[in-house]
Amino acid sequence: MSTERGAPRLLQRLSAGNAFPIFVVVFFILIIWYVAAFFMNLDLQRDAFANADQAYSTSDLVEGTMSQDRPRLPAPHQIAAEIDKTVFELSPSSKRSLVYHGAVTLEATLLGFAIGSALGMLLAVMIVHAASLERSLMPWIIASQTIPIIALAPMIVVIMNQFDVTGIVPKATISAYLSFFPVTVGMVKGLRSPDPLQLDLMRTYSATRFQTFFKLRAPASVPFLFASLKVAVAASLVGAVVAEMTKSEDGGFGARLLAGSYYGQTIQIWAALFAAAFCAAMLVMLVGMVDRAVSKRMGYVR
Amino acid sequence: MLESIPKAESGAEARAARVIDISRLSLTFETSDGPVEALSGIDLSIERGEFVSLIGPSGCGKTTLLRVIADLETPTSGKVIINGLTPSEARLERAYGYVFQAPALYPWRTIARNIALPLEIMGFSKEERKERVQRNLDLVNLSGFERRFPWQLSGGMQQRASIARALAFDPDLLLMDEPFGALDEIVRDKLNEQLLQLWNKTRKTVVFVTHSIPEAVFLSTRIVVMSPRPGRIHDVIECGFARDRTLEVRETRQFLEIANRVRHGLREGHSYVD
Repeated sequence: MSTERGAPRLLQRLSAGNAFPIFVVVFFILIIWYVAAFFMNLDLQRDAFANADQAYSTSDLVEGTMSQDRPRLPAPHQIAAEIDKTVFELSPSSKRSLVYHGAVTLEATLLGFAIGSALGMLLAVMIVHAASLERSLMPWIIASQTIPIIALAPMIVVIMNQFDVTGIVPKATISAYLSFFPVTVGMVKGLRSPDPLQLDLMRTYSATRFQTFFKLRAPASVPFLFASLKVAVAASLVGAVVAEMTKSEDGGFGARLLAGSYYGQTIQIWAALFAAAFCAAMLVMLVGMVDRAVSKRMGYVR
Repeated sequence: MLESIPKAESGAEARAARVIDISRLSLTFETSDGPVEALSGIDLSIERGEFVSLIGPSGCGKTTLLRVIADLETPTSGKVIINGLTPSEARLERAYGYVFQAPALYPWRTIARNIALPLEIMGFSKEERKERVQRNLDLVNLSGFERRFPWQLSGGMQQRASIARALAFDPDLLLMDEPFGALDEIVRDKLNEQLLQLWNKTRKTVVFVTHSIPEAVFLSTRIVVMSPRPGRIHDVIECGFARDRTLEVRETRQFLEIANRVRHGLREGHSYVD
């Protein structure tokens, strides 16, 4: 298996790990991005030079397209600089700090995720135990997910405002609205995953429905539940960001995106996007870590 | 050919010794292709301490018959009495332990916790559970594996764990549905010998479904030969081997004669031409 020569072995080891393939993909994305940024910002830059009556060389053009204030597509290093400034240099209490906005978004996300997961599990348990509920609830549950959240979010905010429910709750509601669905679907599948033999076994013990649920259906659903929770936590963040675009006075990534698009601050938009994506990835990773710990305890990890 | 089993003399004593009493049992499944007669006119009674094998080709209803006894299927007509109770009453009384074709261990439970499962459901105390798990692990020679998960054990060990699970709450009646069907010949021989010792030691009543002739002859006090379409009893054969027999009994003349009779019964009951 192992080769004697050093170089191929190094390559083998690198390609076996996670880091190397990711690095290769990032490298190619960066190349494509820089090329795209050059071409997309090119005519803006030409106009700028023409307006200033300035002669320019190709290297001036390249440099110009990479350092505009409001480029169509900011270059990666511009976004990196913006993130560096808004995350590490500004105080977290500043209204321009991404840490501040991130905290606002995460708060709504986590509350929404908690509500959505609890609701999702509750619905799944009800659906599995009553066939009539599946027929009456499932069409509505599916219909709820066909409505574009961007259209629904302002209405939820307005209606809740009518009842003096303001602050984090309307945002968490929208976040929960997006996250309960994958949990319900996954959990229903999980609760139904025990095979006939495993169910017959419970019957030979004359187990109650309650016992069959807690000793068989619930533990059998755990792997399905975690797969759903990973989707749900990312959906929660999307929900929170959408809610913040409706309710931008409280801040959050959504508010940053909205403000950025008002003033054509593309760099700010991209920085907020990356920060949001980073947060989502961290949340999914966190759920994944809990998943692995639980799976190990339950003997699912081999 | 339909042969009813000679019934033991009636009387309180005989009834107390009778664990299973089945008369004129029929079961028809309604399928999308029309009704399928799985069992027809079954008469069978089993006394306490017997080891009865149900043998027959696939589709002869032997598993269905076992499932009727366990109240996992409901007969269309006929009468089934378990310990003087209906099957569903007997199930609620937890009269039997059932061993399935597959071990059906719960993968998220360790071996010890799998064996403790029926004990948890039946409300045994923690100390009692611990004691019984250990005792039954010893009984099936699985001591030392209590903290392993099912996937860490071989197929034969998993099936032994499932037998320990069925024995954990100490039912008098053990229903076994081809428990060793998926195992190789050598493991099967070993488990057959262990099962026989277990039966000899615990004096339980066993109903055992199999499609292996040597297995049935080696294990049983009585062999019920079944034939398919519809599932019915073709022949009942007594085996009078000593309770503490070993695998060597398979080389005796008596063993071969009984095995031959079973083989003939199977051949008569079922045409392999179709």
